[in-house]
Amino acid sequence: MLRVHDLSVVLPGRGRPGRRLLDGVSFDLAAGERVGVVGSSGAGKSQLVAALLGLTPPGPAVSGSVLVEGTEVVGAGPATWRPLRGRATALVAQDPGTALDPLTRVGRQVGLPLRARGVGRAEAARRAAALLAEVGPPGTARRFPGQLSGGQRQRVALALALVGGPRLLVADEPTSALDPTVQAGVLDLLDRVTGPGRAGLLLVTHDLAVAARLCSRLLVLDAGRLVADAPVADVLADPRLADVVTAARELAVTR
Amino acid sequence: MTEPLLQARGLVRRYRGTTALDDVSLQLRAGERLAVVGESGSGKSTLARLLLALDTPDAGTVALDGRPVRPGSPRSLRWFRRRVQTVPQDPGRSFNPRMRVGEAVAEPLACLQVHGDHTARVAELLVAVGLEPDAAHRWPHEFSGGQRQRLAVARALAPRPDVLVADEPVSALDVVVRLQVVDLLARLSAAEGLALVVVSHDLGVVQRLCERVLVLDAGRVVEQGPVGQVFTAPRSEVTGRLLDAVPVLDPVTA
Repeated sequence: MLRVHDLSVVLPGRGRPGRRLLDGVSFDLAAGERVGVVGSSGAGKSQLVAALLGLTPPGPAVSGSVLVEGTEVVGAGPATWRPLRGRATALVAQDPGTALDPLTRVGRQVGLPLRARGVGRAEAARRAAALLAEVGPPGTARRFPGQLSGGQRQRVALALALVGGPRLLVADEPTSALDPTVQAGVLDLLDRVTGPGRAGLLLVTHDLAVAARLCSRLLVLDAGRLVADAPVADVLADPRLADVVTAARELAVTR
Repeated sequence: MTEPLLQARGLVRRYRGTTALDDVSLQLRAGERLAVVGESGSGKSTLARLLLALDTPDAGTVALDGRPVRPGSPRSLRWFRRRVQTVPQDPGRSFNPRMRVGEAVAEPLACLQVHGDHTARVAELLVAVGLEPDAAHRWPHEFSGGQRQRLAVARALAPRPDVLVADEPVSALDVVVRLQVVDLLARLSAAEGLALVVVSHDLGVVQRLCERVLVLDAGRVVEQGPVGQVFTAPRSEVTGRLLDAVPVLDPVTA
């Protein structure tokens, strides 16, 4: 599904060596596999997502190789990405407030990726409505993003990502802005739509408990480097992560 | 029993047809650490805004030491702002990027016309939150998110307030830094007798930081009591739901 080799993102250094935001990252992700990406702020989690999906803003240089279902996407242009976006890969971004067009009703918005690939208006509306009925309360399709709560908007963003039937869902902190019950709902939804036989999941989170809830394998980033790539239990026992695991335990709820 | 320091009575706030807060009362004693929890849209942030006199209730009152407070001119609120301060949610956006850190931390002292040596007070505050005193000469962008949140705490503490009202003060921080800032707030509260009102969706933070918790649902208080008691034996369905929804780490490692 996804094969990443020696991926680096380097800020130009004006004569000096540039700062490496991502440094020689390599890993594979099989079809239907669910992998978490964890690490502290500034470790390069979001840089990794951007580089994988061709979304690195102008400036930093991306090198190495990313194969999405066999297609090289490092340095690829829109023509290469067009058949992949929304079908091979889809992104759920961190902030549902800015991911949606505020002036378009949610139902129409979720149908737009289908319209863009030639699905008829009625069929797109029907499929969007069906997907929205699965993720949110009745009537969601008729609403504007501003009329929805943060949790509802994040579910709509998830519907928008899922509508094209992607084979890999990349979710960057999809629940960190949400309260626990809404987070649980979004995690349940992610659990239903990803996994063996369904879409793969690359879940970026700073919450180890969230990663452990969905993923079988964790990638640990530190200062742009991949320092661990192992099953969840092994990563939680890794002494290099002791401070993070300890802090997560200290801040866990005990009842 | 000592008199409550900060008291809210019958607070109601409506926004265009929806009632965000519906007859909420609370009492905060000196040095007490109170958490406000609830689902999205339950009225947590509205309550925080009313307690800070940033918004006017449609009914009810907020009083500090028995003296009612309402939004008004900076001058009319100076007495209140000296004693009730806030830590904003996002440390990335709460500092003026063109103001040196020392000046930013000293700003409330200037605005609120607090007497004394501001430079010395800033140095003292920076040390209190675990930064070097010479941080004062640097710019906000030179600090990490966690350091900036420490600076925000230092700035809030500058006028020696009695109460800190903080809406999600650590939710933007990663877990290691989150724990550090939570423990910093707990330590400062204990050392200076500072009362806290912490709005948070992170129940682990609530458990570590606060003594008492107030649970809101659809703008109403559905439960309140000592954190240990409420979390062990929640009486309201909402509280149980919030607690059950927290993902846990340890069944995986066990």
